[in-house]
Amino acid sequence: MIPAAFDYYRPKDMAGVLALLQEHGDDARVMAGGHSLIPMMKLRMAEVPHLIDLQDVPGMSEISIGDGKIRIGALVTQHDIIAHEGLAQSAPILREAAMQIADPQVRYMGTVGGNLANGDPGNDMPGLMQCLDAQFTLVGADGERSVAAREFYEAAYMTARADDEVLTEITLATPNGGYAYEKQKRKIGDYATAAAAVQITRDGSRCASASIAMTNLSDVPVWSQSAGSALVDTEVGSDAIKAAVAYMLDEIDPTEDNRGPVAFKRHVAGAILTRAIQRAWSRA
Amino acid sequence: MKDDVELTREDRVANLKGMGCARKRVEDARFTQGKGNYIDDINLPGMLHGDFVRSPYAHAKVLSINTEAAMALDGVIAVLTAKDLEPLSLHWMPTLAGDKQMVLADGKVLFQGQEVAFVVATDRYIAADAVELVEVEYEDLPVITDPFEALKSDIVLREDLAGQTSGAHGPRKHHNHIFTWEVGDEEATNQVMDEAEVVAEETMYYHRTHPCPLETCGSVASMDKVNGKLTVYGTFQAPHVVRTVASLLSGIEEHNIRVISPDIGGGFGNKVGVYPGYVCSIVASIVTGVPVKWVEDRMENLMSTAFARDYWMKGRISATKDGKITGLHCHVTADHGAFDACADPTKFPAGFMSVCTGSYDIPVAYLGVDGVYTNKAPGGVSYRCSFRVTEAVYFIERMIEVLAIELNMDAAELRRINFIGKDQFPYQSALGWEYDSGDYHTAWDKALKAVDYEGLRREQSERVTAFKQGETRSLMGIGLAFFTEIVGAGPVKNCDILGMGMFDSCEIRIHPTGSAIARLGTISQGQGHATTFAQILASEIGIPADSITIEEGDTDTAPYGLGTYGSRSTPVAGAATAMAGRKIRAKAQMIAAYLLEVHDDDVEFDVDRFVVKGAPERFKTMAEVAYAAYNQAIPGIEPGLEAVSYYDPPNMTYPFGAYVCVMDIDVDTGVPTIRRFYALDDCGTRINPMVIEGQIHGGLTEALAVALGQEIAYDDMGNVKTGTLMDFFLPTAWEVPNYETDHTVTPSPHHPIGAKGVGESPHVGGVPCFSNAVMDAFRAFGLRHSNMPHDHWRIWQTAQDLGLHK
Ligand SMILES: Cc1cc2nc3c(=O)[nH]c(=O)nc-3n(C[C@H](O)[C@H](O)[C@H](O)COP(=O)(O)OP(=O)(O)OC[C@H]3O[C@@H](n4cnc5c(N)ncnc54)[C@H](O)[C@@H]3O)c2cc1C
Repeated sequence: MIPAAFDYYRPKDMAGVLALLQEHGDDARVMAGGHSLIPMMKLRMAEVPHLIDLQDVPGMSEISIGDGKIRIGALVTQHDIIAHEGLAQSAPILREAAMQIADPQVRYMGTVGGNLANGDPGNDMPGLMQCLDAQFTLVGADGERSVAAREFYEAAYMTARADDEVLTEITLATPNGGYAYEKQKRKIGDYATAAAAVQITRDGSRCASASIAMTNLSDVPVWSQSAGSALVDTEVGSDAIKAAVAYMLDEIDPTEDNRGPVAFKRHVAGAILTRAIQRAWSRA
Repeated sequence: MKDDVELTREDRVANLKGMGCARKRVEDARFTQGKGNYIDDINLPGMLHGDFVRSPYAHAKVLSINTEAAMALDGVIAVLTAKDLEPLSLHWMPTLAGDKQMVLADGKVLFQGQEVAFVVATDRYIAADAVELVEVEYEDLPVITDPFEALKSDIVLREDLAGQTSGAHGPRKHHNHIFTWEVGDEEATNQVMDEAEVVAEETMYYHRTHPCPLETCGSVASMDKVNGKLTVYGTFQAPHVVRTVASLLSGIEEHNIRVISPDIGGGFGNKVGVYPGYVCSIVASIVTGVPVKWVEDRMENLMSTAFARDYWMKGRISATKDGKITGLHCHVTADHGAFDACADPTKFPAGFMSVCTGSYDIPVAYLGVDGVYTNKAPGGVSYRCSFRVTEAVYFIERMIEVLAIELNMDAAELRRINFIGKDQFPYQSALGWEYDSGDYHTAWDKALKAVDYEGLRREQSERVTAFKQGETRSLMGIGLAFFTEIVGAGPVKNCDILGMGMFDSCEIRIHPTGSAIARLGTISQGQGHATTFAQILASEIGIPADSITIEEGDTDTAPYGLGTYGSRSTPVAGAATAMAGRKIRAKAQMIAAYLLEVHDDDVEFDVDRFVVKGAPERFKTMAEVAYAAYNQAIPGIEPGLEAVSYYDPPNMTYPFGAYVCVMDIDVDTGVPTIRRFYALDDCGTRINPMVIEGQIHGGLTEALAVALGQEIAYDDMGNVKTGTLMDFFLPTAWEVPNYETDHTVTPSPHHPIGAKGVGESPHVGGVPCFSNAVMDAFRAFGLRHSNMPHDHWRIWQTAQDLGLHK
């Protein structure tokens, strides 16, 4: 549990970060809250000869809400998300999800950007951001670009972000309607056995739109368009929910681990998704 | 002293904060302010740091070890391998169970995480880097993680024992077999079974788990080459025994070894054994002449230092049609891992497993235990219980449930009709124990009434109906457990560890101004000895607990004792404390009589003073007597006021309790929710109700952990699958329910203050109680038994196997 030696940098601006990334290439990694990266370094599963701390880089710690949009700086912590009253009004699913991540100590340190850039299938925010159709702003030597959350995840720990790019901001349209983030875990501080993010809107007695994503049931988060569509234009009764669950179960691909065998995870995925849809619909 | 005159007798009793007082723990002031002094807080000038190269394989030959690259790293002082220890005969060490264990891999490794080489460096970080640079060439061998397979296999795990047909505990039946231990009358038991109206059988696996104290194991050894003294600080639950062992192993005379257990951050059995890390830090300090520290990390703790349980138990219980138990048969296949390093009294290779007849009047019984080697870490310690008592109690409390199912009877009633009656104590059990005291019926009735047992059963059957009608997906379980513990080892005539009788001790010095210090042979790891032992003494000698310092853990100052585990501190050292206190009082009485100018027999002790019989206004307080002991020449009496007592307990003590757990189970996700937990404990005389309450909460929480998810699991290759706290379940406040505690008081008749010990009871009773709740939820659907740990997927699997997901 002791990391290999590394050099520590704390640049004052993004230019400094990018320069270090250019200089050291693969041997450098940025660090935000450090609550995924440092454990990996201590286990000597990640070797980071040059560690670049982002904490002093300005402009990445704000949450702003307006014009139907929400902007979240990459260094905003999971605790900030929970504490932000405006956000709790405009996008309550963020608080509901953040409350189910780790414990208060971890949430004081862990950032939204780090959670999203990490690429661990167990992280909760990627599926959540796919559900909300967020956009990620990446800054690199060649300037800025935007990638959709739904396009960002390629495989475990593999994302569309180039090694020398930094995730700076997350942008999403203010969500409407009912929401739910439902997660089953073994204990506090555990990653999901299965988790579901559901955002759903209502038109009278019928569902107008639905977006559904699940976490830790594949090597990437699973946003299922067909699962969402199965609810649209229905009264979200048990048949519609069953259809949505069936679509989702088609798309997930869980593996066996200490949380349990595949059959169990698939069954739990169905139960968790059913509950998430029911709760979201009851709030729509 | 004049102020005292105004005080009522009640006030004087209260001032002592003696027995029965909910005195606040005196230790907590430092622990809650981060001022504890744990092993890793000890930093000596010039100290070096050690770290282990460990085996990634569960079974492999070690072909070569190349230390060159590691030695070349700046700051590396030494890399020790078995070859370096061999000239000192320290490459192997004896275990507490009469076996021997490699200190560093001697030609092969037998479990994942085994110690292969010990790197010593000027800095902890350099040591960790150097570990990576040691090149070890392995040739992997077939791995055996299943004890039944081990007993059939041609593969010889312990080549060093090849050809030895007999071990420390008698004949070995196979090269991977360690011992067979038998208690009771098998023939008579079988005969009762053959003739019985009803026989219930069950096989159960008590999985492997780990005590996982918050502080891991470690030591700092400091050899002073000038005066020839070796000082060893360490996480030792038995410091005096460690000194003796260290002396025998190293050849250093025992008076030249000082062992110190500083504050210990939890032990739960994990810190009873002797580990390679201790030996290596000592050798490294002897070799280098400077202090050497070794502290294991969490993963090393979980994978290499003493596990607990790993018992495959096969039971048969017989009864009459109306539920009177007639016999019990139990066979255990005990997986001891690569070396037999169980921490049990010498004559008990399966500990006190023979208390498995439980709280019931069972006329005939038999227990057979076979110990087996496998490619897993050694250990087999008593994790928050007296030696193998959790196994025994889990076994009998499961057998009772299975019998209740077989008889189609209520499990609470089945227990009641089989309890040992109050008038049967002292009770001779079929497997040889003399239960000192008990009143089981009263406790049971109180518990069932407190939870409205009938009402719970009604609610449960309504829930079953609702479930069957598709109105709910949640089931309700009512977990029952009644346990009898056997603690306070133990009588020297049959209890020893490495030949040292399991007495314990207390030495008291009363200072001239009326305060005192008492030193004991035990060592607190969080139990609160500094608080409670002062209370025992306060009541015995009339000096306020606040004026008494309790000290343990330094072998240069404390009297010899066997340490703290198996709930033995209060039953044994607590008794020694009371006895030493009585010696003080006896001398003090003579001094008081002299001061009061009356005959010894004419004064009597009253709370904090000696009064002249019939003239209560004529008295001398204990403080006055203490002063006189040092400032007056009293004819016929030596100056000073000190006493020491070594207490050899005449018997074990037998705390008991009645627990009820109410649980809701989500059939689709396998998630259990504990709605209620009621715990009634009878630990005899209660020294400090608040400390008892804390012990019960802690023990129940560890019971919840073990029952619902905590395990050390291996894959087929012998890889540890649960080596971090991400996968090894350590409950937090979030997972823990509200505990309702209750008690009855049945003092131990042979203990000087009637106390029985309580620290481990809640664990012993809690594990079957939580487990029985899970299984009880499925009883209506045909479940007889399912193995722990009842984590989400296993509960789900139970529901799945019963067809509840259709
Ligand atoms: C005990 C424990 C329990 C946890 N439980 C959960 C849980 O239930 N759910 C969950 O989602 N998470 C959980 N986490 C992870 C936690 O939320 C982390 O904080 C989070 O995953 C990473 O955020 P961070 O700011 O700490 O990132 P860091 O650890 O600093 O970085 C993580 C990775 O992202 C990269 N990175 C960070 N920021 C940026 C950026 N702006 N641009 C580009 N790359 C970047 C780093 O280089 C690194 O590779 C847990 C962590 C712990 C220690």
